[in-house]
Amino acid sequence: MKIGVVTFPGSLDDVDAARAVGLGGQEAVALWHGDHDLRGVDAVVLPGGFSYGDYLRCGAISRFSPVMTEVIEAATKGMPVLGICNGFQILCESHLLPGALIRNDHRKFVCRDQRLRIENNRTAWTSAYAEGQEITVVLKNGEGGYVADEPTLDRLEGEGQVLARYLDLNPNGSARDIAGVTNERGNVVGLMPHPEHSVEELTGSGTDGLGFFTSLVESAFA
Amino acid sequence: MARVVVDVMPKPEILDPQGKAVLGALPRLGFSGVTDVRQGKRFELEIAGEVTAEVLAEVEKMAETLLSNPVIENFAVHVEDDVTPAAGSPA
Repeated sequence: MKIGVVTFPGSLDDVDAARAVGLGGQEAVALWHGDHDLRGVDAVVLPGGFSYGDYLRCGAISRFSPVMTEVIEAATKGMPVLGICNGFQILCESHLLPGALIRNDHRKFVCRDQRLRIENNRTAWTSAYAEGQEITVVLKNGEGGYVADEPTLDRLEGEGQVLARYLDLNPNGSARDIAGVTNERGNVVGLMPHPEHSVEELTGSGTDGLGFFTSLVESAFA
Repeated sequence: MARVVVDVMPKPEILDPQGKAVLGALPRLGFSGVTDVRQGKRFELEIAGEVTAEVLAEVEKMAETLLSNPVIENFAVHVEDDVTPAAGSPA
C-alpha cells in the first residue's frame, strides 16, 4: 500500500512518520501542503509539528491548505487518515473528528514516555493491537488537552470512538484521559502521542508504536 | 474605510490556561482584587466601502469559519466608528 505523509510548512515529524511507514512494510509517498492531488495513495498520515507556526490556532490554517481539501474529500469517502499530534489538531479543525485540543492545563510543554490503553482496535489504524492492550509511546505536546462538550464525550464513549486513553497520569488535562479518538466509520483517527517515534529498539521507548503502521495491511487482509 | 472588529473568547466552560497564567502573575506584580482573567483574541478587519448587512453577514461567516473554532470559542462582531487615526497616534 502507498501511504502519503503530508509536509506542511512547520511540520517536524514527517520524516519519522515516513520512516515508520516503511518499517511497517509499506511505501511512504511524500505529499506537500500545496498539492492538489493525493498522488494515488491509499491512506494519509498528517504528522506532528507546528504547521504554519500554529498561528491563529493549532491546525487552523493548515486545515484550509490545498492538500487538506483533497484529504477531507477522500476521508469522507472512507480513505484511512491518521493524524498525530498536530495532525490530530488539523483533523479536529477540519471537523473530521469531534472536539478540539487546547493548551495543556499545567501550561508547560510535556515530553515523556507515556503508557496508553488501546480502547478501540477496530479502526484502520489500530487493528494490529488487542483491545485493552497497554503500550508505551513517546508523548510531546504543548497543546494536547482534548476537550469536547459533555454530550459529545458521552457519545464518544457510548459509540466506542475513544481510541486510546492515558494511563498512570493525565499529561495535559485531556477530558476523560482521552489520548485519541476516531470517527464513526473508524477510518479517521487522531492521536496526541507519537507512535512514529516508538518503532525501533535503537531509539525511543521501544517498538510499541509500530502497530499503527502495520494495522492497514492487517485490516486489508482481514 | 470602515473597521469591523471580531472578538473571540474561549467558551466559559473551556479551561483557559493563558488567562490563569495572567491571573497568577497579577498579584506578584502587586495588583490585587482581580478574581478571574480570561484571554481572547481581537481581530480588526479593515473593510473597503460601506459596511452593509451583507458585509456583516460575510464577516460572521469569516468568524465562524476561520477566526474562531466554534467547538471551544464564542465570537462577537461589531463595527467601529471613526477609524481615521492620524499618523503616529496610538491605535
